Amino acid sequence: MASMSRAEALAHPEPAAALTRWLSRFEPSMLLWLAMIAVLVFLVASPMVRLVVSSFQEAETGALTLANYFEAYGSLRQLQALLNSLELGLGVALLAGIFGVPIAWAISRTDMPAKGFVRLMVFGAFITPPYLGAIGWILLAGPNSGWLNKVWMALSGADHGIFNIYSMTGLIVVVAVASFPYVFVFTSSALDLVSSEMEDAANILGAGILRTTFRVTLPLVLPAILGGLIISFLEAIALFGAPALIALPARFHVVSTQLWQFFEYPVRVEEAAAYSIPLLLITVVMFWLQRSLMGRRGYTAVTGKGGERRAIRLGAWRWPMFGYALFVCAMSVLLPMLVLLQAAFAKAWGRGFSLDNLTLHNFEYVLFEQTQAQQAILNTFMYAGATAFAAIGLSLAIAYVVSRRVVPWTNVLAFLCMAPFVIPGIVLAIGFYAAYAPPPLALYGTALMMILAFTTRFLPIAYTSNVAGMRSINPEMEEAVRILGGGRLLAIRKVLAPLLKKSLAGAWILVFIPAARELSSAIFLVGPNTRVISVMLFDLSEEGNFEVLAALGAILLVTSVVIAGLGFRVIGRDFMLRRSQ
Amino acid sequence: MSKLVLRGVEKRFGDTVAVGGVDLALEEGEFVSLLGPSGCGKTTTLRMIAGFIDPTAGTIEMDGKVLSSRSGSVPPERRQMSMIFQSYAVWPNMTVEQNVAFGLKLRRLAGEEVRRRVGEMLDVVQMRHLAERYPAELSGGQQQRVALARAIVIKPAVLLLDEPLSNLDANLREEMRFEIRRLHEEFRITTVYVTHDQSEAMVTSDRIAVMNQGRIEQVDDPHTLYTKPRTRFVAGFIGRTNFIEGASNGTEIVFDRFSVPKSALENGAALTGKITFSVRPQSMRLSRAPSERAGKGPQVEVKVIERAYLGEYWDYVVMPAHGSIRLRVTAPPLEVYGVGESAWLELDPSQMAPIV
Repeated sequence: MASMSRAEALAHPEPAAALTRWLSRFEPSMLLWLAMIAVLVFLVASPMVRLVVSSFQEAETGALTLANYFEAYGSLRQLQALLNSLELGLGVALLAGIFGVPIAWAISRTDMPAKGFVRLMVFGAFITPPYLGAIGWILLAGPNSGWLNKVWMALSGADHGIFNIYSMTGLIVVVAVASFPYVFVFTSSALDLVSSEMEDAANILGAGILRTTFRVTLPLVLPAILGGLIISFLEAIALFGAPALIALPARFHVVSTQLWQFFEYPVRVEEAAAYSIPLLLITVVMFWLQRSLMGRRGYTAVTGKGGERRAIRLGAWRWPMFGYALFVCAMSVLLPMLVLLQAAFAKAWGRGFSLDNLTLHNFEYVLFEQTQAQQAILNTFMYAGATAFAAIGLSLAIAYVVSRRVVPWTNVLAFLCMAPFVIPGIVLAIGFYAAYAPPPLALYGTALMMILAFTTRFLPIAYTSNVAGMRSINPEMEEAVRILGGGRLLAIRKVLAPLLKKSLAGAWILVFIPAARELSSAIFLVGPNTRVISVMLFDLSEEGNFEVLAALGAILLVTSVVIAGLGFRVIGRDFMLRRSQ
Repeated sequence: MSKLVLRGVEKRFGDTVAVGGVDLALEEGEFVSLLGPSGCGKTTTLRMIAGFIDPTAGTIEMDGKVLSSRSGSVPPERRQMSMIFQSYAVWPNMTVEQNVAFGLKLRRLAGEEVRRRVGEMLDVVQMRHLAERYPAELSGGQQQRVALARAIVIKPAVLLLDEPLSNLDANLREEMRFEIRRLHEEFRITTVYVTHDQSEAMVTSDRIAVMNQGRIEQVDDPHTLYTKPRTRFVAGFIGRTNFIEGASNGTEIVFDRFSVPKSALENGAALTGKITFSVRPQSMRLSRAPSERAGKGPQVEVKVIERAYLGEYWDYVVMPAHGSIRLRVTAPPLEVYGVGESAWLELDPSQMAPIV
């Protein structure tokens, strides 16, 4: 053998010599990149492959089969759930458009009063978890006992209310008020780029404000509006919390709640996997559609620096416009949060706004008395914090590898980082469950499982932010370190990371806030010791314990807002980056 | 032995050839410019020398050791070089002093030694009084000085400069050219300087390598390059010139309306067939009457057809009487001819360069 290998080496001196040369020039940082790439495959590729594979597998034997699909779509009830999801998605997209577009137009293009306040409310709707909004609406429009029904009965003298939140219409309203900010953001950022000159050109030809708006301005931003509607649609069909709170009592199912049924004992992962594939496909196709809509530059004529911009004078119509905006804000934030706060400080929420109904006991209970709640609060912020660090660390490494082309096939890495963006949380959770719940890893019920799943879910947020940050830094900054004798890792530590400090802090907050409120993937992966606030809120609502629930929700919301505010201040101060050294 | 040697260095990106077989050798302490239009491969060549890009063929050697070859390259951090970037790349999160000290600290020098050398270096670039400043508080020229100090303080084996002056305004650019030359006189570091600005290259360099479409067309000292360009590209890229066509008839080269004896041209005997010459506008003289000291060069009667006054000189376009070639000639400010006026043009055969 020895002589043969020597003969081979003599015959082919190239490979051996090349290997030694390669080794002598090997960069130690390469190991880190390879490790990070392996983690990425573990987090994104493996669960997704597992999901698809197990949808075609028999539960016991692992043999290939289509039975899961027949099982999953075999019953009318389960097909109906899919149709319900589509109805929900379409309804929400439509309503979100009706809510979001006029407000975006009013804020961006007109002299409507109190724009700052309306903008703040939209932001509020954005950071409020949809399930908290849903609970607010249960308190508002629960049959007979809801506040709105009580008001109606008091005013009209009727003996029963007219609103019933436990219906498809109710669900559509609840989800739409939570997701209209997407339409708002897309539309207003497009409107902000349309120059007044475009409208002037129409005015000078004799078109009035209305005609100009409907014939010129809105068509210009139509792709952006459609993009926002698609995102609302996808948000609606992927949502778990609000549908579970409202559809289940109303005795109908949507895809997400039906998937949850598969996880009732005995867990049927393979069927769940098969059932989730259409949801995944719809999402991927819709995202593709959305991107190609938004990518059509020529049509949007949104040219960046749009020249002079003037607000359109609404005259007497300013107040009706403001009234409409206020109505939407009330539906999405003011009313639900008002009744939630009332419940949080009430002995019994149904007894209304009176001094003798006021108490701090609910907060005392969740913070000091009930150990489960304490544990959930602690878990939530620990997991969210760990998730934020993990997602940023991983995505920073990948963004670096991609932007510096350290390894070949970097676009595959970029794709893997962005892929979770188009995977609904529940689908991701099922993939994770299928891949890592069984031995050998047996991660089910561990904190690690939650953190890994959250990291995967929010990786695209961190990645997008890090890529943008990386792009803003001239590669020469880092090449200057290397030519002076420092390795890549030193360059990252001494130059890149300090320069990215601000954007990293921003990314941390952007991941922390959604991770702290995450429900749809948590509900599938949570174990007895890894409960988080969102899951606990869900359980409390099943018990009908709205006072404690509201207190816990308030804690979650206030913490999120405080961290966002604190972070923005820290980042703001970081404008003085060079002074803070 | 040469300090830095490039042998047949080539770089392809897919099907496009960025650098196609560059050969160049630098002596210890020599200052060589890579000069050429954008996209000629000069920056790619420099980045291959630095080790940021691997060549697809050929080798780069320093002190006889191979640094880059097709099968792999010593990473930039182990090449003992330093580089000045187009963007300066002065780290905004460090003070001037920290920037300059960075390379020395990496070399694990004692703190006292680092302080001393940084101080000396800052004196050389006249930045000592700004040592505590952050880059955002410096002007472009000052940042450039920091970049220079940071690169030179480590006494690199080779110093690389990538269009370092392209982001400065015109006055400062002129000042910094001489600054770079002064630093070179002082430290004698082997230097490769990339630029697209010919006067920058001429002020700073011992030799200039003119690059075009991924190849070096000519390497020579600035004077030779200007007076004896060997290719049409070099003649046209460095300064302004006239191209005139001539044909050999045995003992003379015959041009439109005049001729030059081969014996008056450098290596004239070797010229055969049709030849193109580069004739600089400054190498010809206009006068109102035929020159007295005839015999030195041919004289042609010409007509002025265009003129422009540029303050430091006149720029005339003339055409030989009954001829068809247009020649650009410069003349001192006091030699004024009107458009349409006739004059005599005298050529200097020793300043006529045959090109390929």
